[in-house]
Amino acid sequence: MNPGKAGLVFHEPLLFELGGQNKRGVELPEMDLPIISDEELLGGNLRQSPNLPELSEPEVVRHFTRLSQWNYSLDGGFYPLGSCTMKYNPKMAEVAANLDGFAQAHPYAPHGSNQGLKRLLFELQNDLAEISGMDTVCLHPAAGSHGELLGLMLIRAYHNHRGDSARTQILIPDSAHGTNPSSASICHLDAITLPSGPDGLIDLNTLDQMMNEKIAGIMITNPNTCGLFEERIKEVCDLVHARGGLVYLDGANMNAMVGVTRPGDFGADVLHFNTHKTFATPHGGGGPGAGPVGVKAILEPFLPKPVLVERNGKVEWNNDRPRSIGKVRSFYGNVGVLIRAWTYIRSLGPKGLRQMTLNAVTNANYLKALLEDHFEVPFKQHRAMHEVLLTDKRQKENHVSTLDLAKGLIEAGYHPPTIYFPLVVEGAMLIEPTETESKETLDQFAQTLIELGKKGHDELAALPKTAAVGRVDEVLANRKPILRWEA
Amino acid sequence: MEVRPELKYTEEHEWILISGTEVTLGITDFAQNKLGDIVFVELPEEGTIIDADETVGNIESVKAVSEIFCPIGGEILSVNKDLEEEPDLVNSAPYDEGWMIKLKIDPADLELAKLMTHKEYQTFCAED
Amino acid sequence: MRRGLDQLRYFPNDSRSNQEMLDKIGVSQASDLFSAIPESLRLQGGLKIVEPKSEYALLKELKAKAADYPADLPSFLGAGAYRRFIPSAISALVSRAEFLTAYTPYQPEVSQGTLQAMFEFQSLLCELTGMEVANASMYEAGSAAAEAVMMAKRVNPKPNKVLLSAGLHPEYAETIKTYLSFGDYQIVTIPLLSSGQTDLELLEKELDQNALCSVLQVVNFYGVIEDQAAHGALLAKSKALNIAVLPEMTSLGLIQTPGQHGADIFVGEGQSLGLPLSYGGPYLGVFGCKKEYMRKMPGRLSGLSEDSRGNRAFCLTLSTREQHIRREKATSNICSNQALCALWVTIYLSLLGKEGLKDLARINMSKTRYALEQIRSQTKLKPRYTGRVYNEFCLELPCNATLWIDKLLHEGLMAGVDLARFGQTEGGILISVTELNSKAEIDLLVSKLGEL
Repeated sequence: MNPGKAGLVFHEPLLFELGGQNKRGVELPEMDLPIISDEELLGGNLRQSPNLPELSEPEVVRHFTRLSQWNYSLDGGFYPLGSCTMKYNPKMAEVAANLDGFAQAHPYAPHGSNQGLKRLLFELQNDLAEISGMDTVCLHPAAGSHGELLGLMLIRAYHNHRGDSARTQILIPDSAHGTNPSSASICHLDAITLPSGPDGLIDLNTLDQMMNEKIAGIMITNPNTCGLFEERIKEVCDLVHARGGLVYLDGANMNAMVGVTRPGDFGADVLHFNTHKTFATPHGGGGPGAGPVGVKAILEPFLPKPVLVERNGKVEWNNDRPRSIGKVRSFYGNVGVLIRAWTYIRSLGPKGLRQMTLNAVTNANYLKALLEDHFEVPFKQHRAMHEVLLTDKRQKENHVSTLDLAKGLIEAGYHPPTIYFPLVVEGAMLIEPTETESKETLDQFAQTLIELGKKGHDELAALPKTAAVGRVDEVLANRKPILRWEA
Repeated sequence: MEVRPELKYTEEHEWILISGTEVTLGITDFAQNKLGDIVFVELPEEGTIIDADETVGNIESVKAVSEIFCPIGGEILSVNKDLEEEPDLVNSAPYDEGWMIKLKIDPADLELAKLMTHKEYQTFCAED
Repeated sequence: MRRGLDQLRYFPNDSRSNQEMLDKIGVSQASDLFSAIPESLRLQGGLKIVEPKSEYALLKELKAKAADYPADLPSFLGAGAYRRFIPSAISALVSRAEFLTAYTPYQPEVSQGTLQAMFEFQSLLCELTGMEVANASMYEAGSAAAEAVMMAKRVNPKPNKVLLSAGLHPEYAETIKTYLSFGDYQIVTIPLLSSGQTDLELLEKELDQNALCSVLQVVNFYGVIEDQAAHGALLAKSKALNIAVLPEMTSLGLIQTPGQHGADIFVGEGQSLGLPLSYGGPYLGVFGCKKEYMRKMPGRLSGLSEDSRGNRAFCLTLSTREQHIRREKATSNICSNQALCALWVTIYLSLLGKEGLKDLARINMSKTRYALEQIRSQTKLKPRYTGRVYNEFCLELPCNATLWIDKLLHEGLMAGVDLARFGQTEGGILISVTELNSKAEIDLLVSKLGEL
């Protein structure tokens, strides 16, 4: 492969192919003591040298800089991904997380050595509790699905503590994100699918028939994965509660609710946040995120250890928690990510957060208004919230699918929206602009998508043509998985 | 969409070939077409005893997984080892080299099994 | 000067643009768009959180909070989170927008940077650990260890006895127990000998038909290097799975790999490979296994393939294991992983290289040896265990370690981790010596220990 030929995008070999011997890119700190021989250190049980590459610093930097140029990124362009809330990541948050006193803080530092950071985390707990209308918040989970798992564990612990061991099932709407049933599975809860009503919302009659004493609770996403607010959410929660169950709210779509309504007020007993969605922490190519969990007082005793409390004006960790379920991870949480979330919340404040929600919902509805004459909008009778669901039904008449449109968008320079999710409609395209996109961007995007929707299958099947790579053969990757480099 | 008159079919789109006390099972042409390119087939171990209508394995395409059901109980005599290296045989030859399991059955159980003739299966698929 | 809501810097649409959009939608104000939310559920009176501050004021507040932590003090803290020299080139690369603000690489055509880096990560970790397959990361080592046990259960559904070495990090053990508490498992802890190594005779007695797996921390919580060869030999004779755990992964510059000693599953803590301490997270769960178990492994995988032009290209693969397809039958519920942390570690290992990693391990071990020799000759104290250690050891102080550590904090030293945190004796302390501790710092610590 010849580097330096096409535009400024280089074909970059793998690290191991860059060659190089007896080079390194690091100067280790001074060694002011004698180095003891390998023989003496380990007595002959040495390993064979690991086959790691040997490169100088400029070679490593060039390699990864070139790799980065193959990536689409949020700072570079629009990501209309439904349910992902790809909003602008404030740069101030990076400065905050990288302050020495935070980045270098050891989790087992002597008690009393970092009151400032503990206070920040305590404030974040309280801010998130207020935003969600819950009684207390746990910052431990490392991601949304980790928070889901914790939430379900808490529900199980609650019922076990009450001596109600018959509740081994959990209701999950058919529109739910895949993490919902898989989280249930880990807790040994059987996922019972709750079919959506014809209007795309939870049907109270169906719920009435299915909610019984074997059911620990219900997992709800609100607004749901079709982007619709569950209008009867209070009745749904009341019904579940009346029959002894608890309500878990998947907080992935909080961007439609902050400052306008609160899950704790409409009946949620436990929820998780995705800081990398609502609170603008960077996605990093797939993490790290954080999934703090908010609970009502009835679940508080079961929270994982340790819990942050305030005593005599100081914030401390409390490990004296007799009913705690234990731990769901080592240490306390993805603190580096949480600092960014704190910074975001405190930059916006109460009115700014509400404005965030208003703008997000305005942007989504504006896109809907631009697109609804050209694409099928299921559940049209409902107002969209922060995202709009379309399908490829009209385009299918021309043999053009959602996948074709997605590849066409890549060719036009956009990351595609969420495709083929939710599963309750065929050929789904879920579009979430967020509040940090301008009207101009939305106008251009809508125009592009409308034009693509008018093209034929043959034209779109060849796309993308000008992306760094053409369509990748995923069948080959799955039939003959090659997951590491070998000489 | 190919169907073969000598085979019986299930609503889950499996076919079976009955030879006395031995039954061969695979998935139909309709099924392989709907699944798309098959990348992996998970089959049970030889000697396993299965019940009627139980899941005996999984078929994976890039974006989906489908369960393989067996309409009749019995003992797994053999599974098609060629599918480990060449799962695409299910796409190219679903009724021949793409067979999946052979099992030993009690012929009396066939009466209770929910099976269709090739004509009934064709009608069933047309309604889908 | 009050900021209007019009002028919030993160929102590109001012009130004029917003009005144009509302007109197109057909409503008069944005709050009309929330008609689906019943009035009774609308928040009254606004969120009760503090008023916002300007960037300038907020950074001032943050710096004041950060200043509480004595980042410049000599430190001997370890116990699962290790102080590492972090080369500056890493943050320069990782903070590039194309890495930092990219989404999960579900659309391979526009994510080759992330996917190739993931593939390189997987490859490097296989080389380092001797495992045949590694995934693109889990959250951190505790939950990864729990997932390893659950994976063992998928491989062998019938047995349910889980053997945990007492040398396993207490927080990993606690996490495993929490995850398993909802199923039907029996957890047996195998004690340590006076050497600090796991009592393999007792382990052998437990390796019956009902043994699901044995979890061994290869350089254990007390810094002691376990006998992987003997453990591997025992497990090879049993149906139980051999699960190796290792938080201090720089040790793999010298010690033999879990892969060569028969580990079926490997769990590591990538923080030890150059990630900032960051008060406990985000860290990096390293997860590897034998090829035969590949399809039962959790987590994302980047695989090699081709594009439509015949060029090499990468994509996520074996996704049918994952939650978005297999749902309740998925190998895990994991969705977001720790991609940026994995990239960080990939760059760290690339900079260090084969010889750099070996030197780093030698420096850590040599300095630790020096510390132990000095403690033997200059103090009345003895390590709790006699076995060979990597870069950490356990002492039993003749006083309350928590109070002593606090006293030393005020004297300008972070002396170690008190084991009372983990419900142990009040005199126990863990001391970790890495490439960041100078001879002078070690001598200072020793002189303080000498006063006891």
